[in-house]
Amino acid sequence: MNNTDIFDLSSAQAVAAIDAGTLSSGELFDAYRARASNDELNCFTWLAEQAPKDATTPPSQSPLNGVPLAVKDLFCTEGVPSQSGSRILEGYRPPYTATAVARLEEAGATLLGKTNQDEFAMGSSTENSAYGPVRNPWDPERVPGGSSGGSAAAVAAGLAPWALGTDTGGSIRQPAALCGIVGLKPTYGAVSRYGMIAFASSLDQAGPLTRDVTDAALMLRHMVGRDPRDATSLQFPEEVSLPSAERLDGVRLGVPQELTGEGIEGGVLEAFQATLARAEELGAQVHSVQLPHAPHALSAYYILAPAECSSNLARFDGVRYGARAQDAHDLLDMYTRTRHDGFGAEVKRRIMLGTYALSSGYYDAYYGRAQRVRTKIAEDFKAAFAEVDLIVTPTAPTVAFRLGEKTADPWSMYLNDYCTVPMSLAGIPAISIPCGLSEGLPVGFQIAGPVFSENRLLDAAYALEQVLGFDGSPARVSGAGGPA
Amino acid sequence: MIDRDEVLHVARLARLQLSEQEVQAMTGELSAVLDHIAKIGELDLDNVSPTSHVVEVTGALRPDEPVASLTREVALAQAPAVSGDGFLVPSPQA
Amino acid sequence: MSAAAVEYEPVIGLEIHVQLATRTKMFCGCELSFGDPPNTHTCPVCLGLPGSLPVANARAVHFGLMIGMALGCELAPRSIFHRKNYFYPDLPKGYQISQYDEPLCSGGHLGDVRIHRVHLEEDAAKLVHVGASGRIHGSDASIVDFNRGGTPLAEIVTEPDLRSGEQAREWLTLLRTTLRQLGVSDVNMEEGSLRCDANISVRPVGTQALGVKTELKNMNSFRFIERGIRAEVSRQQKLLGEGGQVVQETLHFDPASERITSLRSKEEAHDYRYFPEPDLLPVAIEQAMLEEARAAMPELPAARAQRLEQEVGLSSDSAHQLAFRADLGDYFEAALSAKVDPAPPAQALANWVAGDLVGRLGGDDGEGAGGGAGGDPNHSRVQASALAALVGLVSAKRISVGAGRQVLDRLVAEGGDPLAIVQSEGLEAMDGGEDLSAIVAAALTANADAAERVRGGNAKAIGPIIGHVMRETKGRADGGEVTRLVNEQLGL
Ligand SMILES: [Mg+2]
Ligand SMILES: [Zn+2]
Repeated sequence: MNNTDIFDLSSAQAVAAIDAGTLSSGELFDAYRARASNDELNCFTWLAEQAPKDATTPPSQSPLNGVPLAVKDLFCTEGVPSQSGSRILEGYRPPYTATAVARLEEAGATLLGKTNQDEFAMGSSTENSAYGPVRNPWDPERVPGGSSGGSAAAVAAGLAPWALGTDTGGSIRQPAALCGIVGLKPTYGAVSRYGMIAFASSLDQAGPLTRDVTDAALMLRHMVGRDPRDATSLQFPEEVSLPSAERLDGVRLGVPQELTGEGIEGGVLEAFQATLARAEELGAQVHSVQLPHAPHALSAYYILAPAECSSNLARFDGVRYGARAQDAHDLLDMYTRTRHDGFGAEVKRRIMLGTYALSSGYYDAYYGRAQRVRTKIAEDFKAAFAEVDLIVTPTAPTVAFRLGEKTADPWSMYLNDYCTVPMSLAGIPAISIPCGLSEGLPVGFQIAGPVFSENRLLDAAYALEQVLGFDGSPARVSGAGGPA
Repeated sequence: MIDRDEVLHVARLARLQLSEQEVQAMTGELSAVLDHIAKIGELDLDNVSPTSHVVEVTGALRPDEPVASLTREVALAQAPAVSGDGFLVPSPQA
Repeated sequence: MSAAAVEYEPVIGLEIHVQLATRTKMFCGCELSFGDPPNTHTCPVCLGLPGSLPVANARAVHFGLMIGMALGCELAPRSIFHRKNYFYPDLPKGYQISQYDEPLCSGGHLGDVRIHRVHLEEDAAKLVHVGASGRIHGSDASIVDFNRGGTPLAEIVTEPDLRSGEQAREWLTLLRTTLRQLGVSDVNMEEGSLRCDANISVRPVGTQALGVKTELKNMNSFRFIERGIRAEVSRQQKLLGEGGQVVQETLHFDPASERITSLRSKEEAHDYRYFPEPDLLPVAIEQAMLEEARAAMPELPAARAQRLEQEVGLSSDSAHQLAFRADLGDYFEAALSAKVDPAPPAQALANWVAGDLVGRLGGDDGEGAGGGAGGDPNHSRVQASALAALVGLVSAKRISVGAGRQVLDRLVAEGGDPLAIVQSEGLEAMDGGEDLSAIVAAALTANADAAERVRGGNAKAIGPIIGHVMRETKGRADGGEVTRLVNEQLGL
């Protein structure tokens, strides 16, 4: 098979080609390895030298047939740099592998490389990486979204057939939207968090970033399940099936007014409305629903997530691993300078915000209230799902913006997560699929469902994907393999 | 709103050294973010219980059965400073 | 003048950290160890490596429930782990996973001291100060060993119901026996599996409001706790008596100098920023767990004391003595159930166990390594059945008390069968016949002065006479019989 043909294959198609004997997993790995090594978008922070031996002849029990996988840097991979985009973990090689990665490898995936990200997953543009910003393959002057920007850009640019990301407030869905690919945040607890360098523990969730919906289902199938090492992980109640729906007959889609009006860019809203029209053509019924507390989700999120992060990042103290400030004159000096030098500006901002929100005298006003808002948001969704099957919104309020455009004003950056954060707080699954272009840049369409409704989400996303016929090839052409 | 003294206090709790420039930037940025966040103060949440976990299950305990530990070499391998068989740190008593 | 007239009453509460005797740590599968080479019992979880997650140990919860049941606590159907955030090199995650406002157990009492709460948490690692020899960049250094880090702890907090150091020490002895009886901990202060802090304040006698309290930290034996509390109480009493004020602070008691020093650090007051641990779900106590804990409950010292008193018929003192030192209680009950003839009366047996036997075994107050294992009769050469036989012989007056003690000396040294020793040594009691009568008569003659004083009404003067008889009879004479004969021959 020639290389052009190889890069046209989705992961599921590559698996099938290897099964059919028209492609070998070694050939596939080498093709992607070569392409990824010419990474002008700064997607990768580490690349495998070569596929592990057994990846060239995958055992018959490995359903993923050795298909290469790009993995967000914050997943611990044994003996392989796992730096979470941070200076403080430069060169850190953990002694163990995250469960989600291990499960995919057991299913036959081959680690291709580690992808760049916002430091400790804090950001919506992948500009907050100690290893430099990632660029969007649709326009290298623009951001890929974040925090899983390296994973999203790598898949969109065809530097990896698929990638693993994490989503805390939108970090899979928003970069998927901005890069024109599929991103799925599973139900909280569906995938083990063991080995994911934590940002906000009650929200973090691993999920696939893929070229199409079928690949997302295929990857998810091999990630889910209870892990005895993660007390918050859950048994997935059914097998994740590969989607096949062609129609949406009788499916009730809820459009929340709060997330589809003010603050959403005109072009994004147009693409969203056009997609709703296609859904109706497929037989869906579109209803208006209310999520009265959704406009407050961002506020609650920017208390809860920083609070948890301030505690999760306390372990970076220069004692057991990571960088340590030199020549400290005492313990306090060692701590404060190590953390000053090791963390970037956004991480410091969130540590400060979270420490403040938890500190004596402020807990009730901030953390306590935010937890109650979270309750109301979850209740809003429950009430809405009594009336509709799925909720749909634009994934991000805008298309990809220019590098540096929002770095000066944190809140303007935080607004990127306006449509994705409510689902994160409620712990429910949501998928973003590319639904068209605005100003030549991809727009994401988000579909959310109740807890463990992944199969229904994937089916609906698949049915829409077939009629939308989104063409992601411009990014694959421009993103790699030399100058665009 | 958060003032300079509070920023310094919080930075100390968080063991973060901040340069003078960072203190000033942080004071402005955090105040701006807190202004947005303060909107949740308007909500009536009196009879609402807090959500810590969205997962509606409990338990998930581990049987008291040993699993292999790391070797000391591996445990110490990534440490910035070691001494013999342990992690070396500036003394908290100093 | 009026200030000096005020009498101050101590008000003392204790916080006890008990290492639980699980096989593995609180939140990971590393095996517990004591004395193993440093940093050989660690894993990503207890080293706080990025990405690792805690999972609570079911047996630690089980032990926590047993402690709660033993202390009569209310057991929370749903309890929550919190993070207690602070930086210290022995705390790998930058927070300790502990319980805060929804602990596993609350309320309860042990003896007449009320329990405030019992909660589960993880222990810190061990920091070894290496001083000037290990300086880094001009400052002293410490070395961290994470073997102990993550060991399960039950923290037991009492209400401020104690009124003296002595009472605190006695109560801690009861607590330790209770915990040992439960089998939930080694409760060994020397190895650090039991650690105690005391909160101490004083207030004018007759008032209810609590005074400003100080916290006395890390006292590593019950004796030091007693002395430390006494020293701190008198420091506070003196301070207030002189018109001064107690400052809330953490203190250290140096047992060598009896001095109390402040441990106040350079840091500002702690702000632990407690919040619910998002990595752990609430612990729900299911019926099965309660039943399992209930089934595992042994008889506890208080109940045992009551049974020994009411059913076995021991004096209250003896019953408590045996019940509060489980090794003595177990030994006593084994002896009591031994099939020997003549059978010993229970009270006599109790006296021999707690008195003569413990005295000979170097029985301490249960403080030493293994909680007085040195004085544990179960580990001595004296079989419980042998002591039962011996006490049976003494009680039936087949041998004298003095002879019984000689036999006990032999048993302690060599073990063996009391009857065989009695026979081989010819220690059978003399009956009250001619032989003894003649020896008593000789004794009265030899101690004429004493005889005169006894005749004059001084009963205590009989000592030298009895001593004479015992020497002549090699202790085989029965003391009571000798006294009777003395009185008879003196015409009393
Ligand atoms: Mg404690
Ligand atoms: Zn461990």
